[in-house]
Amino acid sequence: MADIAGQKARLTWAINISVVALVLLWTIPTFGLLVSSFRDADQIANSGWWQALFAAEKNVIFRSAPGDAQIQDASGYKITGNLFDGSDGSVLAFGVSSKAPTEYLPGETGEMTRNRQMTVESNGDYVISSPEPIKSRRGIRIFATIQEPPKFTLDNYEKVLFSEGVGRSFLNTFTVTIPATIIPILVAAFAAYALAWMNFPGRALLIAAVVGLLVVPLQMALIPLLKLHNEIGIGKDYLGIWLAHTGFGLPLAIYLLRNYIAGLPREIIESARVDGATDFDIFRRIILPLSFPALASFAIFQFLWVWNDLLVATVFLGNNEEQLVMTGRLRELLGSRGGDWEILAASAFVSIVVPLFVFFSMQRYLVRGLLAGSVKGG
Amino acid sequence: MRGGIVMNQILLAFSTIIIGVFGCVAYFYFSNLLLDRAYPAKGPNAGRNINRANAIRPWLFLGPAIAILSLYLVYPVVNSVWLSFHDASAEKFVGFDNYIWMIKDAKFQESMLNNLMWLIVVPGASTFFGLIAAQLTDNIRWGNLAKSLIFMPMAISFIGASVIWKFIYDYRGEASAEIGLLNALVEMFGGTPEAWITLDFWNNFFLMIVLIWIQTGFAMVILSAALRGIPEETIEAAILDGASPLEIFLKIKVPQIWGTIAVVWTTITITVLKVFDIVLAMTNGQWGSQVLANLMFDWMFRGADSGRASTIALVIMLLVTPIMVWNIRNARKEMR
Repeated sequence: MADIAGQKARLTWAINISVVALVLLWTIPTFGLLVSSFRDADQIANSGWWQALFAAEKNVIFRSAPGDAQIQDASGYKITGNLFDGSDGSVLAFGVSSKAPTEYLPGETGEMTRNRQMTVESNGDYVISSPEPIKSRRGIRIFATIQEPPKFTLDNYEKVLFSEGVGRSFLNTFTVTIPATIIPILVAAFAAYALAWMNFPGRALLIAAVVGLLVVPLQMALIPLLKLHNEIGIGKDYLGIWLAHTGFGLPLAIYLLRNYIAGLPREIIESARVDGATDFDIFRRIILPLSFPALASFAIFQFLWVWNDLLVATVFLGNNEEQLVMTGRLRELLGSRGGDWEILAASAFVSIVVPLFVFFSMQRYLVRGLLAGSVKGG
Repeated sequence: MRGGIVMNQILLAFSTIIIGVFGCVAYFYFSNLLLDRAYPAKGPNAGRNINRANAIRPWLFLGPAIAILSLYLVYPVVNSVWLSFHDASAEKFVGFDNYIWMIKDAKFQESMLNNLMWLIVVPGASTFFGLIAAQLTDNIRWGNLAKSLIFMPMAISFIGASVIWKFIYDYRGEASAEIGLLNALVEMFGGTPEAWITLDFWNNFFLMIVLIWIQTGFAMVILSAALRGIPEETIEAAILDGASPLEIFLKIKVPQIWGTIAVVWTTITITVLKVFDIVLAMTNGQWGSQVLANLMFDWMFRGADSGRASTIALVIMLLVTPIMVWNIRNARKEMR
């Protein structure tokens, strides 16, 4: 008995550890980018995000104060100052020329040309002394390897929102998403009711057609519809993309809602009919309120799908600066700011935050919709 | 000035919602009213009128949906077939030229081969990880939290996911410290960092990982519901017979959810056939990583050739068709 209990405890441990490993594998990629979006641009480029909490080491070229700042004393001329100018940091090594940028340790004295001497302390204080007056308007170069404390900042977000056009794109995405989520629901709900509770010839065929249309690849629709939109003058317009998303979302909407509405108890609907209610009344007073969970499921699906869509937006809205949506902006930044991870990370998070919020706050409906939509063969 | 544009845009969006919603409601309300007026359910012909109204009413309810579906999904399929037999600007009939070009095109062959690899790897791996995650998380106290976290990538756009993973695969070159997690790990274990997404052939797998990462949560959620639906008695019987947990999982549970596994598999298969954003964002089809959907997009925009692009789109459609037929048959079986 004890043996079995021991085995069970060990198994529970093994399971817990495996799940921790899985969860880490699935969250670390996102977490890494999240951390990076708050880091200083220089630090991102010089150390991995997992070192974000530790001091970062880097090589920098400083310039001393200009020649005007020199003072004269008994031994000659001097320029003094501090490399960090008030911020934290420490010097690990320094040099006087680009050929040997780490020649000296802090506190040592480096020999320069023209009999000048340079001393840099680890706290960043430097002294450059010279027997002759120093003629340098831009200051003298000081090569140093320094250690900087971790820097976290909101600058990246400020930058992408206000000067990289991400803020504008964020609004554009809302403009696209909300009508494209709401409009298909109504159209689909009426159709779903008819397919679930009305008798007419060809009903089974229509349901089969909806199931078939569920998987039609979008790629099929792009060229013919773009031509059509261009002909009627809504080629690169919000109206065009709303209609397109409505069309592409409709099969799933009808399918989900029909399954749900068909499952409502027959007695409620029949007794309303006996009481003389018309189909329109039944739909409005009984079906719509009772179908709320299914409507919510579809709304979340459609919202996430439209928000995250790149293909339909690129084709039906285009890439002009005024109308670019978040996904399009991210793609553009990947091209133009490929190595600037502080820009990419912050932009990516601005685009991810809304779907993540919807996801975590309404996960219940999302899961329910997924189950209704695919267990039955979608 | 800019504020004005943004305000206009918001107003436009809201007025569209209101017009759209009111338009829909008004259409349904007035068309039904009209029908009731035309065939009143009273008077001498009440019986006949009710029958007639009942025959027409479904089509009022279905009208807008059928119109939109025909225009946005059925018409394009027909039109694409027509376009595929015409030249780049859809003016001249060219017979099978586009098809012949396609079969001989090296990029198309590469895309087909890559799509085939995606089809073999991604649905299988996502379903496999999803099944494992579902089984493991069902057995622990913080299972729901773990599920939420594994499911989370589903909410992230493909392009956002591409940014996330491109950062993992980042390569800096020999002179500087590696800031991509993968290369840092490789370095830690004594390997040489590489620019992973430019490695011919292998880069396909690095792109596939992104989709597997996204789809595993979906598979997990559905399979977890199926696992919970397994009758308790079958499991209890197996425990009494002394089966180990692994045996119970492989021999009792998995066989009972084959149907659901098949559904998850096919759903992910369709997603894979349409995969586009990830390839566009990570490599844009360079270094031997092209896929059909991105090739089609390329011919549509950069090539500006509606004939060739439509032909490629039809290939994707053709690949989806068996699953479509299977789905329809399943749906019909269920309705009987």
